Amino acid sequence: MKKKKHMYLLGDILACAGMAVVYVIPFLFILFNALKDRKEANKLNFTLPEVFHFENFLEVIQARNYQLLTAFKNSALITFFSVVLLLIVGAMAGYIIQRRRDRSVRFISNVFMLGLMLPPAILPTIWVLQTLHIYKTFFSIVMIETVLHLPFTIMLYRGYISTIPRELEEAGYIDGCSRWKIFSQIVFPLLKPIHATVVILNAIYIFNDFTNPLYFYPGAENATVVLTLYNFIGQFQSSYNLLFADVVIIIIPMLILFIFFNKKIVNGMVAGAVKG
Amino acid sequence: MMDKKKVYSFWFLMPALIIFTVFFLIPTVSSLYFSMTVWDINGARFCGLDNFKMFFQEDSLSIGIRNTMIYAVLTSVLKLIPAFFLAVLLTSRIKTKNILRSVLFFPSLLSLIAIGIMFKAMLHPSKGIINQALSVIGLGGTDWLGNTKTALGTVIVVSLWEGLCIATMMFIAGIQAIDANYYEAADIDGASWWQKLRYITMPLTKSARNSIIILAFIDGVRSFELIWAMTGGGPGFATDVLSSIVYKQYAAGYYGLSTAGNVIMLILISCLAYPLQSWLLKREEESM
Repeated sequence: MKKKKHMYLLGDILACAGMAVVYVIPFLFILFNALKDRKEANKLNFTLPEVFHFENFLEVIQARNYQLLTAFKNSALITFFSVVLLLIVGAMAGYIIQRRRDRSVRFISNVFMLGLMLPPAILPTIWVLQTLHIYKTFFSIVMIETVLHLPFTIMLYRGYISTIPRELEEAGYIDGCSRWKIFSQIVFPLLKPIHATVVILNAIYIFNDFTNPLYFYPGAENATVVLTLYNFIGQFQSSYNLLFADVVIIIIPMLILFIFFNKKIVNGMVAGAVKG
Repeated sequence: MMDKKKVYSFWFLMPALIIFTVFFLIPTVSSLYFSMTVWDINGARFCGLDNFKMFFQEDSLSIGIRNTMIYAVLTSVLKLIPAFFLAVLLTSRIKTKNILRSVLFFPSLLSLIAIGIMFKAMLHPSKGIINQALSVIGLGGTDWLGNTKTALGTVIVVSLWEGLCIATMMFIAGIQAIDANYYEAADIDGASWWQKLRYITMPLTKSARNSIIILAFIDGVRSFELIWAMTGGGPGFATDVLSSIVYKQYAAGYYGLSTAGNVIMLILISCLAYPLQSWLLKREEESM
C-alpha cells in the first residue's frame, strides 16, 4: 500500500512538471516579455523583467488612436447581440425539434445539423449579403455569427429539453395557456442551466472569431479585438513587448470567465463537443 | 390530451429556419454553381469544371489539397494516444488532478491568433526559447517555420498542443462514464493495471475516441486561423491549406476559384457526414 502511495506522489510530481513545461511556460513567457522594455523584450528571453513596465498596456491601448477600445466595443456588441439572438431563436427551435417527431421536423433538424460540419461558403455569402444590401453592416455580421453557431446551440437545447417532462406543458395547456405562453412562461425559464452554457460557450467562440469578421465586416473602424491583434503583428513587429501586451489584454477576459465558470465551460464544451 | 401540432407550432421554428436558409443554405447551395464560374467584380461567367481542373493541375493550388489532408489526418490521429493517457492520469488518484485539468483546458478558450503569435515568438530561429532549450540538451534547432520541410509539421504540433485540451476532456468524460463494477470484477480476477486499461478502459471509451477523430478531422479541414497567424501559408506555398487558398484567391479577386476551394472542403467533409450524423444521433439518445 505504501508503495502505491509513493507511485501516486511520483505521478503528481511528474504530471505537474510536465504540464508546467508544456502549458504554463508559454503563458509566463508572454507575460514576462509583455512587461519588459522594447530592447529587453526583443531578446525573447524567458526571464523576469529587470524593471516592470506596466505602461506597455497603456501604450497598446492608445495605439492607433485608441483602436483597441473601439475594437473591444465592437467585439462586445457583436457578441452580445449574436448571443441574445441565439438564446431566443435556438431555444425556440430546439424546443420544437425535441417535442415534435414528425417527418418534416425531423428533416429540418437534419438540415440544421449539416451546419455543424459544412464550412461556410465565403464568397456566395458575400454575394447574398450584397444582394440584400447589407454587406459590411453590423446587422450582417450579427446574422453570420448567429447562423454559424445556431446548429450547435439547437443541439444543446434539444438535448436539455428532452430532460424536461411534458406534463408541465400539458398542465399549462389545460389551464388555458396560449402556446406562446407555454413556451415563454413555463419552458423557457426551466432552461436556465443550459442558457448559461449556451451564453458562455457562444460568447467565447464569437469573441475569439477571426475569420468571419475578416471576411464579412472589414474596415478599420469595424475591427474586432482579434482582428486588431492580427493587425498589430505587422505594426509591432520590432516591439514584442507591445505585441505580447496586446495578447495579455486579450487573454485576461477569458481567464476571468474561466475562473468563474470553470465547471460550466468544461462540461459544456465536452457535452456539446462540437465547435460551431 | 393536447393537440401537439397546435401547441408545438411550426411557427417557433421559423426564425431559426429563415436565418439558416438565407445566411447558410442559400450560400452553400449557390457555391456549387459559383465554383463553376469565372467570377470577379464584373460578374460571373459559367466555365464548367475549369476551376477544379486548375486546382488539381496548378502546383500552388494542389499543394493546398495535399496539405489540408495531411493536416486534418495528423491533427486528428496524433492526439489520440497522448490525450488518452493524459485522461487516464487525470482520472487516477493523483492529488493535483483538478488543478492540472484546469491548466490543460485553458488554451481552448483562447483565440488561435493569440496562440499563433505566442508560438511564433517561441519558435524564433535564433532567439526563440524552443531552439535555446534544444541547444541546452545538445540538439540543433532549425528555422522551424521558415523551412519548407518543417513548417507544416511545426504548425501541426502547435495545433496538437491546442487540440489536446478538448480531446483529453472528452476522454475524461468517457472514462468517468464507465461503471466501476467492471474494475471491481477485474480486480477480483486479479487483472493487472495494464490489462484493465487494455480490456476495459480502451474499449469502453471507443465512442469518445470516434468523436474526437471526426470532430478534429472536420476542424482540421476547415482550419485557417492558426496557420494564417503563424505562416500565412508560407514559406512559398509550403503550409497553404484550402482555407488559406480561399482567402488568397478572394483577396486577389478570383472569386470563382476561391469558391471552388470552398466546395472542395465541402466535399472532403461530406465524405464523413454519415458517420458523424450517426454519432450525433447516438449522443441524442444518451441525452445530457
